[in-house]
Amino acid sequence: MCDQTFVAATFGPCDSCGTASPLMNIYIKNEPINYCSFCMEVMACQGLQKGETLATLKKECESLKKKLEEDRGKLNDVELHQVAEKVEVVGALSIKTRRVLKGHTNKVLCMDWCKDKRRLVSSSQDGKVIVWDGFTLNKEHGMSMPTTWVMACAYAPSGCAVACGGLDNKCSVIPLSLDSNENCAAKKKTVAMHTNYISGCTFTNSDMQLLSCSGDGTSALWDVESGQLLQSFHGHTSDILSLDLAPSETGNTFVTGGCDKKANVWDMRSGQNIQSFECHESDINCVKYYPSGDAFASASDDATCRFFDLRADREVAVFQKDSIVFGASTVDFSLSGRLLFAGYNDYTINVWDVLKGTRISMMFGHENRVSRVRLSPDGTALCSASWDNTLRIWA
Amino acid sequence: MTIRTARPDRVQHFRPRMHCLKKLEAMVVEMQDQKSGVKGSEQKLNVTTIPHVLTGKDIIAWIILTPLHLAPEAQTFSTMLVAYGYIYPLQNHKKLFFSAVWFLMISTAVILAIYLAKRNIRKKGMLEPYEQVHVEEEACRVVFDCQERAYWIVNKPRSETIMRSKVKSSVSLGALVKYVTTYKNHDPFLAPCLPSNPWQTDHDAYWTLNMRRVDLPTKMRVERWSFSLFELLSDLRGRDDFKIFLKKEFSGENLAFWEAAEELKWGTAASMTAKAETIFKTFLAPGAPRWINIDGRTMGLTVKGLDHPHRYVLEAAQTHVFLLMKKVRLLLDLLTLIYHPAQLEQNANSRSPGIHPIILWQQEEEEKAKAAAASAPVDVKAMMSKIDRKK
Repeated sequence: MCDQTFVAATFGPCDSCGTASPLMNIYIKNEPINYCSFCMEVMACQGLQKGETLATLKKECESLKKKLEEDRGKLNDVELHQVAEKVEVVGALSIKTRRVLKGHTNKVLCMDWCKDKRRLVSSSQDGKVIVWDGFTLNKEHGMSMPTTWVMACAYAPSGCAVACGGLDNKCSVIPLSLDSNENCAAKKKTVAMHTNYISGCTFTNSDMQLLSCSGDGTSALWDVESGQLLQSFHGHTSDILSLDLAPSETGNTFVTGGCDKKANVWDMRSGQNIQSFECHESDINCVKYYPSGDAFASASDDATCRFFDLRADREVAVFQKDSIVFGASTVDFSLSGRLLFAGYNDYTINVWDVLKGTRISMMFGHENRVSRVRLSPDGTALCSASWDNTLRIWA
Repeated sequence: MTIRTARPDRVQHFRPRMHCLKKLEAMVVEMQDQKSGVKGSEQKLNVTTIPHVLTGKDIIAWIILTPLHLAPEAQTFSTMLVAYGYIYPLQNHKKLFFSAVWFLMISTAVILAIYLAKRNIRKKGMLEPYEQVHVEEEACRVVFDCQERAYWIVNKPRSETIMRSKVKSSVSLGALVKYVTTYKNHDPFLAPCLPSNPWQTDHDAYWTLNMRRVDLPTKMRVERWSFSLFELLSDLRGRDDFKIFLKKEFSGENLAFWEAAEELKWGTAASMTAKAETIFKTFLAPGAPRWINIDGRTMGLTVKGLDHPHRYVLEAAQTHVFLLMKKVRLLLDLLTLIYHPAQLEQNANSRSPGIHPIILWQQEEEEKAKAAAASAPVDVKAMMSKIDRKK
């Protein structure tokens, strides 16, 4: 191991502008070029070079894509259900509603758990963000945002703050205090600024950084204290609807899914799009990493949920049934990764067996679309948020 | 700084989700079939007679007969048909539930006729706005053209991506199956969690037994630490115990460096240069008090990178140290750590509020500050002069 050199993110003077910054290493016509992300965008906006037309570029792209597919096919030696043949079947699950959280006056659009496994934050179309103790049903904080449709909310890892954003195109961080009488919304701090609605946000491993994705097709990493943009990620050709941070030990990647039917995996350090998957037939509403970080699942308007293996670089399972016609809006895995909980627009939550690809059971109870399902940090319960103005905790 | 893209404003939530409607419409057409569809009849309502009326029961029965639907789904599916307006209830119902109520089937052709009629009424005075929209479209097209060209240039699949190492399906899928099998007993949905799942029984003993500063960690918790170094380090209690162990083996600097590198990665942008300097002085400089033992090439790269400190400058070194610690952990038989099996406790039935995370956070920050002050590199000169002065 002493003679191994580990890949370091390259840093140094950019080939074109000369300023020292993190570099993106790409090859154009087999020649390596090291540009900083700003110069990369400038280059992209300059027109076509001599000898290139739109048609030739398209042809080149198609041939390269074909080559990629061929290479992928060579490694495709077995299917998931074959590998999982010897695994024993999951027994009958008895999952019941244990808590119903009432308090929102309009559709609940998003929710997130706190690391203490019992508190959670939820945001709604009426502009309110509520912090609950799910166990005692106590509402600890209620904050009014100056906008309706708060589509994204997240709890900070320390438990001391929450972030939320929506149609105001901004993501704000609100520090929480122990004093419930204090007006938390007054200390709100705007961190992320996009040019379209915020569809998802999450803190990274600390309270200091925020990752946001937006309807303007970009996602970005922000420094909370200064509001500075640390890295932006471009590549989607349409609105991004969801993002998820990798749970792996390096924790340097995240996945986004959007209206262009693509799910992209990004490197947070360089801003590069590492992998891309285009298998869905309609908008991807939600993406979620598998607990080990080597795979992820996506939920889409085409009424399917799909499972993608990152190391094999392909889709390995499709969770669908002819009788399921309505789009899936949200997914989450159970702690071991065996179960996939998916919330649909027909008001139900389906529980799928990830390895066998079959549906195990259905969870009824909501009276309108299920907008978000999330497993609690220790895996003991599942919380679902719905357009029927309530949240339910199942166990 | 804001990010700008030249694209028209599109809010996805306001756009109807069209994909499922195609399948729905196919079903509705089948339902209207004279021979094999749902049987309807005439219904008198006040003075008028309404043709082709059906009961909810008939609709559900028909759906069950089709090869796709089971009884519970038929109910949900029918509710959706009403929600999307394919079927109208004759009486006003607040809850969209199916019961023995009369419903009227409106065919899609009738809906279209009503829509066109309404549009004709409005169209007479509305030609100008329509034309304006057309001109805007032309301008948008030019912008889209440029964007497309830029897209193709930037998104040429780079030879890098083709050469990136991919793994055989059998290997990666096997790893996924292995993960599931390893964690099977720790998944509260698959195996009962001891003493009990707090959400099911209203006892929060499970959470109090697994807090950070418990005297003895539970057996399941210790078993989880043995799965991987990542699990051990993610659980703060595991990290504490590992720290104590490493101290005994005089290799505590590795974990300290790893923690410092994590803080640099996830810390505020303003504090980065200062942190990078302290880390260099403490861990990397030749002759540093807590010098870490990593290979020459990685050390060279890291020190060079520290000239322009950025968030990920310690990435290579951190990975190396992580692998070192992995080897240490493998040698250590964690299961010999003292643990006690979780006991079922007969507590009074009360949902206690627990300790607020903000309080825990404040406690931990205080302890961190104390620890940092205690382990700061000793200034030898100052110490010597102090001793001289005492003399």
